[in-house]
Amino acid sequence: MHLSPLNEFHTSLGAKLIDFAGWSMPVFYRGINEEHLHTRSDLSVFDVSHMGRIRIEGDEGEAFLEHLCTRSLAETAVGQSKYTHMCNEDGGILDDLIVSRHEGYWYVVCNASNREKILGWLTRHADGRDVLLTDETFETAMLAVQGPMAIAFMEEQFSLSLSELKRYWFVDGDFSGLNYSIYRSGYTGEDGVEAVVPAIAIPFLLPALFGDDLQANGDCKPAGLGARDTLRLEAGMPLYGHELTEEVDSLSAGQGWCVHLDQKDFVGADAMRKVRDAGKKRKMVGLELEGKRIARQGYEILKDGEKVGEVTSGTWSPTKQKSIAMGFVRSELADSGTSLSVDLGRKENPATVVPLPFYKRAK
Amino acid sequence: MLNPADLKYLESHEWMRVDGDVVTMGITAFAAEELTDITYVDLPAVGAKVEAGKEVCEIESVKATSELMSGVSGEIVAVNEKLADAPELVNDDAFGYGWMVKIRANDLSPLEKAMDAGAYEKHISAAG
Repeated sequence: MHLSPLNEFHTSLGAKLIDFAGWSMPVFYRGINEEHLHTRSDLSVFDVSHMGRIRIEGDEGEAFLEHLCTRSLAETAVGQSKYTHMCNEDGGILDDLIVSRHEGYWYVVCNASNREKILGWLTRHADGRDVLLTDETFETAMLAVQGPMAIAFMEEQFSLSLSELKRYWFVDGDFSGLNYSIYRSGYTGEDGVEAVVPAIAIPFLLPALFGDDLQANGDCKPAGLGARDTLRLEAGMPLYGHELTEEVDSLSAGQGWCVHLDQKDFVGADAMRKVRDAGKKRKMVGLELEGKRIARQGYEILKDGEKVGEVTSGTWSPTKQKSIAMGFVRSELADSGTSLSVDLGRKENPATVVPLPFYKRAK
Repeated sequence: MLNPADLKYLESHEWMRVDGDVVTMGITAFAAEELTDITYVDLPAVGAKVEAGKEVCEIESVKATSELMSGVSGEIVAVNEKLADAPELVNDDAFGYGWMVKIRANDLSPLEKAMDAGAYEKHISAAG
């Protein structure tokens, strides 16, 4: 089992640890609901060190990534990141990633569960090119600081200037010789940053976040992967293994905004052009269920007793106090307000199509 | 977490407090932590019949849908109405305020097979 550089911290706070993609990671410290609401009202720190971090150097780095990413990277400036997919030849989604252009190299952050697959995919396509791949996952840590107070807190604790940084832009710097990158991004629907630092910097960083005793008695509290999942679901963000899989292409997954079929060619583009020309048969929707039952991944979505789709994620929304779900339904049933139902096994539960995201922060 | 010595336990992680022929049931603190935050307990109606080894009701948590299994056969005589608005009582106090149902048992003999706290602790350390 891989241990995060923050493992000792998690253990000392009594976090509930689970095996997540081969990593021992905290699912919660105090409780998922509490950590979720604290992120919405104040700020939380999520250990996301399990995510894959790969550095790409060499003259052909950009051409290499353009060939593999669904999104055009040509307009990406130094200091800018792009959310993209990588797909196989059939258009099936291999992973969703954040690709960033640093001075002299590119950086790719991928899902923990897909790190080995993506490393293999990159290695195979790097063959014969001037491209150098380095997996930095184990020598670095990654923290997400998220919430309405996150930017002000980070500026104060680390003497940084982040307010002017636009979303999906980042700054590189060094602190006593230790290099860091701070990206204005996240997976919660809140403002905030994601920071990549050397693993050895963690003991020096933690007191600035959680106090010298590391007890997190201030406003800045740790939150686990449980809250991260309920937060991203409220924010309508897809999760690999749920909304995104190798069995679905990016267009059918409702993520056409990160697919640039007209601007360039890339692995999977031909397959997706066929999907585009044929018209999408299904669409991703948000659902609100009546009552307090939860729709789980794989549950059937019904219209007049007939299967018309499938749930990909569902939870009880702590912010909205409603049962919410995402799923795919036939395109003609994807309009907001459409009445459907979800098969809970023993009964059908009424549900209504609602716009995504379920939650949008006040600007 | 401490499993109270005055309770009986099932392999499926329910606890039972026996008072005459009335058995109070809930899920253990271990089960509540494994399920993560409990969001809803689909409590049965008072008067409903239950059977030993069969489901009493379903429990929703952030992680999964699970069930409360009955340790005895009989009739529901009370349900914890507080859980309707505060399902988190199960996480906060699984063996106390987080109780779920009271069953008037028509036969207490299935309890002879139930575990005591010591046996239950061995059971969860083997599972964990």
